[in-house]
Amino acid sequence: MKILVAVKRVIDHNVRLRVRPDGSGVETAGVRMSMNPFCKNAMEEAARLKQAGTADEVVAVSIGPAKANDVLLTALAMGADRAILIETDAEVETLGVARLLKAVVEEEKPDLILMGKQAVDGDNNHTGQMLAGLLDWPQATFASAVAIEDGSVRVMREVDYGQSEHLLPLPAVVTADLRLNTPRNTALPAVMAARKKPLAVRPVAEFGVDIAPRLVVEKVEPPPPRPEGTALGSLDELVLTVRTLASGEALS
Amino acid sequence: MSVLVLADHDLAKLSDATARAVSAAGQLGGAVHVLVAGSGIADVAAEAAAIAGIAKVLVADSETLADAPVEALTALIETLIGDYTHVLGIAGAVGRDVLPRLAARRGIQPVTDITTILAPDRFVRPVYAGNAFETVQSAQDTQILSVRASSFAPAGEGGAAEIVSVSVPETAGLARFVAAHRTESDAPDLQTASIVVSGGVALGSRENFRMIEELAALLGAAVGATRAAVDAGYAPNDWQVGQTGKVVAPDLYIGIGISGALQHQAGMLGAKKIVAINTDAEAPLMKLADFAYLGDLFEAVPALIAALKG
Repeated sequence: MKILVAVKRVIDHNVRLRVRPDGSGVETAGVRMSMNPFCKNAMEEAARLKQAGTADEVVAVSIGPAKANDVLLTALAMGADRAILIETDAEVETLGVARLLKAVVEEEKPDLILMGKQAVDGDNNHTGQMLAGLLDWPQATFASAVAIEDGSVRVMREVDYGQSEHLLPLPAVVTADLRLNTPRNTALPAVMAARKKPLAVRPVAEFGVDIAPRLVVEKVEPPPPRPEGTALGSLDELVLTVRTLASGEALS
Repeated sequence: MSVLVLADHDLAKLSDATARAVSAAGQLGGAVHVLVAGSGIADVAAEAAAIAGIAKVLVADSETLADAPVEALTALIETLIGDYTHVLGIAGAVGRDVLPRLAARRGIQPVTDITTILAPDRFVRPVYAGNAFETVQSAQDTQILSVRASSFAPAGEGGAAEIVSVSVPETAGLARFVAAHRTESDAPDLQTASIVVSGGVALGSRENFRMIEELAALLGAAVGATRAAVDAGYAPNDWQVGQTGKVVAPDLYIGIGISGALQHQAGMLGAKKIVAINTDAEAPLMKLADFAYLGDLFEAVPALIAALKG
């Protein structure tokens, strides 16, 4: 079985975000970048399936600037066999990403595509569903457990009422939630070995896919500040405050 | 201009979020139709028809739609979308599953998790876990949108929309639904509750977490939890509040033993008033809170429960 894992390079989720004062976007200059956390869960799951002998080959793919090869090196260190960087400096919307990934799928013909359920920059939660729709493949989003069974993948999904369980014939697209697994930390030998694995860098134009943006981002703003808080000095004050607020009376 | 709203329901009852999606649709202008898809859903359709501001309720009643299968729902909406300028869903598990799949098949870039509608083609949505809000303009002929239910007031009642049934396309859905594992709880719906009581990993055990549930029940509140509390098994996954869980905007949010990581704040920053209880004055949620109680939750929560019972 062959697995394709799509990974995205984003601002590291521990970085305190700065919105540019002119509203043009979020400051990325000099900011630490890393693999999107959900993509790490997807990559970890693929690596485990490879280690278990269920998967024969794991291919990681990313779309972004030349520097995005760092997240592919992480993917290779985690266990991918080879990697593809579709190089572009443009901001590619989720529709464009799904179309590019479809082109990669047509070349690679994987049995299973694992992706993060969302990227923590745009928080869109689109791409896996869009890719599955374009391919006319079954999809299982927000996966917290994945098992390969005889030409199918059994997936436990985290949904609004709890969990739902599905059986999808392969090929299929599965998007990872954070509870799917705990991604490994890569030790130095794995990182060194990753540098020897194949990493193909291919210009976006090679794919001949329409990735023109459909949306215009007019401005990006920080959230409105919240007013200063009040310290409650005693349990009695706490009880009174909760009672008053819960009864819907305004407390200023 | 005309808007197709995807109703959210559990086959028995319409969710509170649906009336909120209808009010969002009303802001777009034009006729609002609501699609109720499922199996044995006549009552749900009647409930939807009573929401004010709807011209028509479309009912797609078929056993094949019972478990909200994404492939069949997408195929169904594809047969209807030609009549509409906007398709609008709720940013919950079903909307998030279906709308992007539908959009890609139509060559449309969706705009999701909308918190403000500025115009039929201009929307505000949070990015980076709510640490920034982007205003986007979409010149596409058809818009596929989802809204955060908690950002819109519910539409009123007293409507009498026409109910029409629509045919369900034959689809060879590939995926098979195996089972639903539902969290049994009497607590109100988390995403639309006016009070939410949430607990963090400081509760220390599943048993201790029941204090949070007891306090919530006394306040008529929904129960929330942090990712760490869910990971630790203290609370089910559908109680998780945060960037990757549910987003709430109650009148009152009580955060107990919660440090308040940015990823948690993303799910509750819209609360009107925040009360935090923590032994760590430096915890981000204590700094964010309108009212912060510095002290042991194992004293504070029993005191609150006793006072509310008394």
